[in-house]
Amino acid sequence: MASELDVVPGIATRREEAQSFFEKVVSNGLGWARKYSLFQYPFVTACCGMEFMSVAASRYDLDRFGAALPRFSPRQADLLMVVGTVNCKQAPILRRIYEQMADPKWVIAFGVCASSGGFYDNYATVQGIDRVVPVDVYIAGCPPRPEQVLEGIILLQKKIQSQPHKLIDRRPLPLFPEPG
Amino acid sequence: MSKAVIAALQQRFPGDVADAYEGVGGDDVAFVSKARIAEVCRFLKEDPALRFDMAPYITAVDYLGVEPRFEVVYQLYSTIHNHRARLRVKVPSGDASVPTVTGVWRGADWFERYCWDMYGIEFPGHPDMRRLFMYDEFVGHPLRKDYPLRGRQPLVPEREVPDLYRGPGPVDRD
Amino acid sequence: MSNEVKQVAAAPAAGPDPLEAPFPSKRMVVNLGPSHPAMHGVVRVVAELDGETITDAKLDIGFLHRGFEKSCENVTWTQCFPYTDRLNYVSSIMNNVGFALAVEKLCKLDIPARAKYLRVVGSEMHRMCDHFTLVGAMGLELGAMTVLIYAMEARDHLWDRLTELCGARLTSSYCRIGGVARDVPEGWVEKSRRTLDRVVEIREEIDQLITRNRIFMDRTRHTGVVTREDAIELGFTGPCLRASGEPYDVRKAAPYLVYDRLEFDVPVGNNGDNFDRYLVRMEELRQCDRILRQCFDQMEPGDIAVKDFRYVLPPKPQVYGTIEGLMAHFKLIMEGIKVPAGEAYSYTEAANGELGFYVVSDGGGRPYKLGLRPPGWPMLAALPHMVKGSLLADLIPTFDTINMIGGETEQ
Repeated sequence: MASELDVVPGIATRREEAQSFFEKVVSNGLGWARKYSLFQYPFVTACCGMEFMSVAASRYDLDRFGAALPRFSPRQADLLMVVGTVNCKQAPILRRIYEQMADPKWVIAFGVCASSGGFYDNYATVQGIDRVVPVDVYIAGCPPRPEQVLEGIILLQKKIQSQPHKLIDRRPLPLFPEPG
Repeated sequence: MSKAVIAALQQRFPGDVADAYEGVGGDDVAFVSKARIAEVCRFLKEDPALRFDMAPYITAVDYLGVEPRFEVVYQLYSTIHNHRARLRVKVPSGDASVPTVTGVWRGADWFERYCWDMYGIEFPGHPDMRRLFMYDEFVGHPLRKDYPLRGRQPLVPEREVPDLYRGPGPVDRD
Repeated sequence: MSNEVKQVAAAPAAGPDPLEAPFPSKRMVVNLGPSHPAMHGVVRVVAELDGETITDAKLDIGFLHRGFEKSCENVTWTQCFPYTDRLNYVSSIMNNVGFALAVEKLCKLDIPARAKYLRVVGSEMHRMCDHFTLVGAMGLELGAMTVLIYAMEARDHLWDRLTELCGARLTSSYCRIGGVARDVPEGWVEKSRRTLDRVVEIREEIDQLITRNRIFMDRTRHTGVVTREDAIELGFTGPCLRASGEPYDVRKAAPYLVYDRLEFDVPVGNNGDNFDRYLVRMEELRQCDRILRQCFDQMEPGDIAVKDFRYVLPPKPQVYGTIEGLMAHFKLIMEGIKVPAGEAYSYTEAANGELGFYVVSDGGGRPYKLGLRPPGWPMLAALPHMVKGSLLADLIPTFDTINMIGGETEQ
C-alpha cells in the first residue's frame, strides 16, 4: 500500500541546516580538525578507569586517534569521558564540570554504569549520566574491552565529522542553560 | 586459643559477658552488654595475656522484627598472640547508642561513622560524628531493612530521558 | 571548590626594626576535589595550608558509594560474585575468594584441592596486577610516565592469561561457592610460565628506572612516616603495615587454601615511609612469581568444584538427562543456594591488606547481611595523620602508596 512516506524526496534537508558549498567545505575542514584532536577530560571514578588506563597505554593506543592528551581542566578540554559509576553525591560535580567546558563539547558515557546505572539499581547510583548531562556516544561493557572503546571513539569521530561546524557561530547563547 | 579469651572475659566481667559460644570455623564469640563495651575493649587491649592491639572491624546488623533490633559486631585481632575474638553487642532500636571505643583504638572511628551513617546507631564520645558515605542532605539510614532499595534522593534535577527499561512516565518513576 | 583565606594573628614585631618583623602569614584552605587526576577514583581532601605545609587535612569520601551491601541483600548468593568483583577492581579474584570462603565456612564445605590451587593462582596473578597498577600510577604522579606505560604492558600480559582463564580481563567472577567456575584451557600453564618470564623482565626494567632514581627517592623517603605502634593501633594491614615493621601476613599467620604448602617470604620494611611501602610491593611481585611457579608445579588434575548439587550447578549432560539434575539446576538458579543460618567472618590477604567478609545468613537463598572490612579503609582514615606537618607535595606519594581503591573503600 502506497503511503505518503513512500514518496520521499531524493534530497531531504531541513531549512535551518542548509549550507552553501563554501560553508560545507569549511564545515568538513573544521570537522576533520576537531575530530582528530580531541582533548579529553577523563572523569574517572571506578573500575572502568582501569580499562581507560589500558586504552591510553601502549598496546591499545589512543594516541593514534588523536585523543591522547588528557586535559585535567574542563576549560581546556572538549571531550568529557565519564568513566565509571556516577552516584548521587557525584552528580552535582559532574554537572558542574560539564557546564564549565566550552563549546563545542562532546560527552562519552564509558561503561555500563555511566550509560544506564549498570547493575547498581539502588539508592546511591544515578541510573545513567544522561539524566545529568546530554551524552553523544554510549560505550557499553562492564568494563568495556579496549577495542570497544576504540570503536566508540571512531563512532564519535564520525558523528563530529557529520555535524555542522561554523567558523563564526552567530547563534545566541541562552543566558541560563537549562539542563539539556 | 580464643577460648582462653572468652574465659578471661567472663571471669573479669561476670555480669556483662553472656552466652559465649564457638561459631563456625572456630571463631569464638561472646555477647557483651552495651554499657560496658568500652571497658571490656580496654581490658582486652591492655591485658598482657590477651593484647588485642589491632583496631577492630566494627559493623552492625539490622534484625528487623526482633527486639533488640540492631547488633554491633566487633571483630578483634591480636598481632602479638595471633588470636581472634568476636564481640556482639545488642542494641535496642529505642536507645540506639553504644559507647565509643575510639579512646581505645584510634582506628575504630571510621567504622563507627559507617554504623551511624548506614544504620543510625550513635556513638557518644566519638570525635567526629558525621556521615561517611552519604551526603548531608540525605534523609534516613540506607542499610536499615525498612529503607527501600531504590530510594534515591537526587541532588541535581534529573533530565527527562526515554527509558526502555522503566517505560514512559515522570522522571522519578522508579 | 573555593579557597577561603583565614587570617592568623601575626606574631608581634620583635624590636623596633620593621625589617626584622616576621612576615604575617595566612592559612589557606585548599580543596583537592573529587574529580582530580591524583585522587585515585574520587576522594576529596580538604587541606589547610600554611605556606606549603599542611597543618590539617580532612577527607570527604562517599563519591563512589554504590550500595554494595544493600544490593547484595537483594540477590542470591551466587549473584553476589559480580558485586564483590567490583570492590577492589584491580584484584577482583581476591574479593571473590574472600566471599566464597566466608560462605563455605557457613555451609561447612571443603573444596577439592585443584579448586584451591586455581583460586591461589588467580589471586596471585591479580595481586601482581594490583602492585603493577600501584607502581605505574605512582610513577605517573611523580613524573615518570614511562613507568606507567611499562606497568600497563605487564598488566595487559597478565590480563591476557586471565581472559583465557575466566573470560574477563578485569572483573572476573571466577569463584563459585564450592569451587571455581571453570578449569584452565589447554596449554594455559605453559603460556602462563612464558608470560611470567616476560612480566618479571618488565618488573626488572621498572626497578632499574625508579628505585635508585634521585628524584623518586627524595620524594618518597621520609615522607608519610607511620610508626609501628601507630600503624597497629590505626588498623593498618597488608603491605603498609609490613613496611612499618610488623610482619603480619594472613597467609602466614592463619594459612587458608594451599598457602601452607607453598614456600614464600614476606618482605618487611623498617621505616614506614613511602619508599618502604613501594619497596615492599616490588618485592612482593617477586614473591608472587615464586608462588605462581610452585602452584603450576604442584597442581594435579581433579575436580574444580564440590560434587554436591545443593551448592554447585550439575554438569549439563545431567541437567538435560536426569530429573535430579534438572530439578537441582532449577532450584539453584531460581531460589539460590540455601546457606544454613548463622554468621561467619573470613579473612584473607588481599593485595592491600586483610580483607574481611562478615556474612550473616537467615537460612534462605539471599544474604541477610554481607559486611566488608575494606583493607584500604584504615590507611585512608589515617591519611590526615600521615601528612600533617609535611609539604603539600608529599601528599601525592603518600596517597599513592596507601593504594586507596575507590571500590572497596566506598563499597
